[in-house]
Amino acid sequence: MNDSIIDLKDLFKSFNSHKVLDGINLAIEKGTTVVVIGRSGCGKSVMLKHIMGILQPDKGQVLVNGRDLGELNEKEINGIRMKMGMVFQGGALFDSLTVGENVGFGLIEHADITHKELFERIEESLYMVGLCGIANLMPSELSGGMKKRVALARALCMKPDIILYDEPTTGVDPITADSINDLIKSLHDKIKVTSIVVTHDMKSAYKVADKIAMLYQGKIIFQGSPKEVQETDHPIVHQFINGLAHGPITETIDCFR
Amino acid sequence: MQFFIRLGKKTLSFFSFLGGLSNLALQTVYWSFLPPYQKRRVVEEAKKAGLDSLYIVSLIALFLGVILAFQIAYIMQRLGSELYIASIVTLALVRELGPVITSLVVAGRVGAAIAAEIGSMQVTEQVDALETLATNPIKYLVVPRFLALTLMLPVLTLYADIIGIMGGWLICVFKLGISSSLYFKIAFDSMLFKDLFTGLSKTVFFGMLIALVSCYEGFNVEGGAEGVGRATTKAVVTTFILIIASDCFFTALFYFIFP
Ligand SMILES: Nc1ncnc2c1ncn2[C@@H]1O[C@H](COP(=O)(O)OP(=O)(O)OP(=O)(O)O)[C@@H](O)[C@H]1O
Ligand SMILES: [Mg+2]
Repeated sequence: MNDSIIDLKDLFKSFNSHKVLDGINLAIEKGTTVVVIGRSGCGKSVMLKHIMGILQPDKGQVLVNGRDLGELNEKEINGIRMKMGMVFQGGALFDSLTVGENVGFGLIEHADITHKELFERIEESLYMVGLCGIANLMPSELSGGMKKRVALARALCMKPDIILYDEPTTGVDPITADSINDLIKSLHDKIKVTSIVVTHDMKSAYKVADKIAMLYQGKIIFQGSPKEVQETDHPIVHQFINGLAHGPITETIDCFR
Repeated sequence: MQFFIRLGKKTLSFFSFLGGLSNLALQTVYWSFLPPYQKRRVVEEAKKAGLDSLYIVSLIALFLGVILAFQIAYIMQRLGSELYIASIVTLALVRELGPVITSLVVAGRVGAAIAAEIGSMQVTEQVDALETLATNPIKYLVVPRFLALTLMLPVLTLYADIIGIMGGWLICVFKLGISSSLYFKIAFDSMLFKDLFTGLSKTVFFGMLIALVSCYEGFNVEGGAEGVGRATTKAVVTTFILIIASDCFFTALFYFIFP
């Protein structure tokens, strides 16, 4: 188990007595793509923010490259973050900057590169997500799906080893969604990027995943290959992946009875 | 009973506000001195805070000078000493009204904009995104605004003082028939260096206050667009109160230091 690049150990997190993470354990091996599924509001985004070190756990550890984020100072964490990228659920583009400045933000702030190189890197990243020639637009001039792709380009621009995707295919058309899946897959195949993908879209989950993990009531209740997930007789996972209104997840909710 | 619980809660939240604010202040000062310096962004913010406020500050300072001259003329005419109008207008403006009114205008205009901008960045996760891009939000967002306001507010105040004195001049010359040269002579003779110094030095502090409180409220937004609105209002109201309260303190302090 020594080659796990991200290791969540017994992670607990509550917001004002509302328990969100309730002892998460998840190890992610280098160069694999792990898809995290779970119901809306079960804490998937919160989990990703812990891996980025934006949120601190109440209890437990987040290990990235074997180093405990809780014990590092800000400079060391930023060193690690330079090699990580995160695509936020809502894009989170800086709306006072142009698309180009957004995509090149990390390079502009931290790297000593020439104007020409910067420009090339920005165009290259935008090209990878299928958007060209929009570097001078403002984020407010883009559609929701375009924003999401620009956010993806911003993460790619730093050439990270680890990318966290928060619902990369929600809100984009099916063709673009599939090309984003292809992109995730090709990053995995060609440059061995480690990816964590949060998604509700089971089709894309099956397509990109080496491993699928399900988050339920603050815990990882199941993990396995796409095939294992499809064939599982775990009642909760079965209900979720087949999108059934009746089953153990909804049994506790009166209005579904 | 209810009353005491409410009072207790208010006191607690006030102390947590003070704690949070001083924490932010310390970190801001720390990051201000740590290279790389973001000169370009400071200039940008200074332009937003200073240049863009010029118009409204001019307008308000001019009116203020006119109003002051009229009000003081009313008393002085009764006392038969119209010549003192110039010196009282000048002293009132330079020592007190120039600094405070300019600070309040800037708090309402620039402070509100800062709180709204950072607040909406917070609710749309842009602040989190900064962190994932290995950029400290305090260094990137707070420091340029802090430096810009700290530098620009004294400059704006000096400008407001001058415009206000011109407002008084309008009334004295065109309404009361005092000659121009006499007005300026009396105005500047009565003004000592310490008057200007105490007036301007407190605006340095007010500038810091506006930047820090607005950023603090922005970062602590809860809820979506509604929360941003609430934070903006809170930022403006809090800075207003803090400016007036600390002005009271400074005035007393300077009264004893420079008698
Ligand atoms: N900063 C915060 N303060 C308070 N509560 C929060 C905060 N962030 C998240 N939560 C709570 O944590 C829970 C999980 O939120 P999270 O955003 O992780 O859900 P999610 O699994 O990503 O859902 P979705 O699929 O809809 O994006 C929610 O109930 C939310 O109310
Ligand atoms: Mg989410």
